Amino acid sequence: MNVDWLLTHSPALLIAIPLLAAFLTPVIDRINKKARDAFVIIVLIIAEIIMIALAWDVFTGSAHIYTMGASNPTATIPSQAAVPIRIVLEVDGMGAFMGLISTTVSLAAGFYSLAFVKKETGQGRYYTLLLLMLVGMLGMEFTGDIFNLFVFLEVLSMASAALIAYRFYYGDAVEGAFKYCVVSSLGALMVLFAIGLLYGQYDLLNMAALAKVIEYTTLDKIALVLLIAAFAMKCGAVPMHMWTPDSYTVAPAPITAMLVAASQASLYALFRICFSLYGLTLDVTTVGIIIIALGLLSMFVGVTMALPQKDIKRLMSYHAVSQTGYMLLGVGVGLYLLGKSDFDTYGMAAMEGGIFHIINHALYKGLLFLTAGAIFYKVKTRNLNEMGGLAHSMKFTTIFFMIGALAIAGIPPFNGFASKLLIYESAYHVSPILSIIAMLVSIITLASFVKVFHSAFMGPPMENAEAGEVPKSMIIGMAILTVGIILFGLFPGWVVSNIVHPAAQALAAQAGYIGSVAGGA
Amino acid sequence: MMWPEYITVAALISIGLYGVMAKKNLMKIFIALSLMETGVNLLLITIGYIPGGTAPIENGNFAKYVDPLPQALVLTAIVIGLSVTALALTLLIWYHSKTGTLEYRRGMRW
Repeated sequence: MNVDWLLTHSPALLIAIPLLAAFLTPVIDRINKKARDAFVIIVLIIAEIIMIALAWDVFTGSAHIYTMGASNPTATIPSQAAVPIRIVLEVDGMGAFMGLISTTVSLAAGFYSLAFVKKETGQGRYYTLLLLMLVGMLGMEFTGDIFNLFVFLEVLSMASAALIAYRFYYGDAVEGAFKYCVVSSLGALMVLFAIGLLYGQYDLLNMAALAKVIEYTTLDKIALVLLIAAFAMKCGAVPMHMWTPDSYTVAPAPITAMLVAASQASLYALFRICFSLYGLTLDVTTVGIIIIALGLLSMFVGVTMALPQKDIKRLMSYHAVSQTGYMLLGVGVGLYLLGKSDFDTYGMAAMEGGIFHIINHALYKGLLFLTAGAIFYKVKTRNLNEMGGLAHSMKFTTIFFMIGALAIAGIPPFNGFASKLLIYESAYHVSPILSIIAMLVSIITLASFVKVFHSAFMGPPMENAEAGEVPKSMIIGMAILTVGIILFGLFPGWVVSNIVHPAAQALAAQAGYIGSVAGGA
Repeated sequence: MMWPEYITVAALISIGLYGVMAKKNLMKIFIALSLMETGVNLLLITIGYIPGGTAPIENGNFAKYVDPLPQALVLTAIVIGLSVTALALTLLIWYHSKTGTLEYRRGMRW
């Protein structure tokens, strides 16, 4: 087993290892609880290492293709057939980029969970579902087959819904989980409906092969509407955001951080459908404006709904909706300009901003949810009015929260600033109003987090709270994400040119996506 | 064209969508979701069906056969639907034992 072998098979291994480990976890749980914890962490670390190696290879070289069940993994089209008939995994720049987010957030959530769920029952099943969530996310991000996308979407949804209801003794946890279950099943059915419409016309399921022949007929338009609606619902864009606060709030904190990454996997699917499946055949101006409108609505409604919240996690959930708006705005501007002469000048910058914001958001929002979980772990309440003075006893958490809050508000030394600046600059060329709204939302975000910081951390120490800092494993989980925030904030230029640009390029260049699987673009 | 099939598909999906959006009882919402799922599965099967086609098994008279792929897809979709059913029913049991009802008492907090 050498490095080349590992790299060739890494797309399949990244899905297979957590999947097998997920079902080994309850067995090991029967034998020894400590061994189970170690096993889960080791699997998450292995996944992270393979993912970094794969991503490095993709960013410096070319996209990785893996054909399931073929004797040669790169032979996408069997010799007896004219089109790809096997399930093909395609890891291009964008897929590798999203994979990095998923594995990193999962690793942080895994460490954090060690202490956070220590007192709960059924931990074996908790870790099984956590690993299944990772499988679902990676599967969605790697697959090049549209039905496979649906399957992994459902794997992800079911694991998430079960984990949201993990603390079922809180009545609202069950309610949030049921809402998530209904919304995601509805979304997945829409996706399946769209798959049926596409398959009925072209007899194809492979996205690259479909993209080659797609014609944008009326049925294709209906399928596009269904797909955009379903994935926008799953990523929590505003007219369909109602499930986000309910389910994010009640899930255990590490799972909320994972749910942020899961929403982004849906966001990735939305972009993949628009750019790689339909590409220039769709009416980029109209669809671009629709996505920009979704983004603006999410940004503004999300942040204004966040302001009056008193529940710390509910407040952060509305901010998650609002931040999703930035990504939709950035990539929407890119889609709007796709194929026009301005694309190379600022359309690309807008897409880089939107895509960079995805990883930044996963890092700082994940961190903020983890700090909210740390607060809940100590004071047993999410109500901002009932807490205060936590800075006296929880020094690390305070620092982590400050870093996360400054990053989300886009204050210079941290990563949120870099991606927001890219979005402001490029959206300004399309219409100054877009940038003005984006900046306004940023200011309100800062105001809202100042409120949280003041009511949770400042003031005299609480009398009835347990004193002291949270356990070490929770600090490790938060530290993993904090290191990412600081590194991305200090070296945005390196990150944009080496990680974000290949991802944006992979999304924008549809011919490359088709050519690597279906041959001859 | 096979109009009766497509009309059934449209009816099942519309009734399901209406139920999910309009009903207040969680059990009814869930039943409506299952109806929708049946509708989507029926659509996939209808796409692959040819009137008079045989099962796609190779034998003597292997002239006209239905597309096997949608059937494989629907089989997968049914299995997924079953897991959704199991999970949703578990959640409903817990919801009932916590609140004593299957209705949304204080309305959905959208």
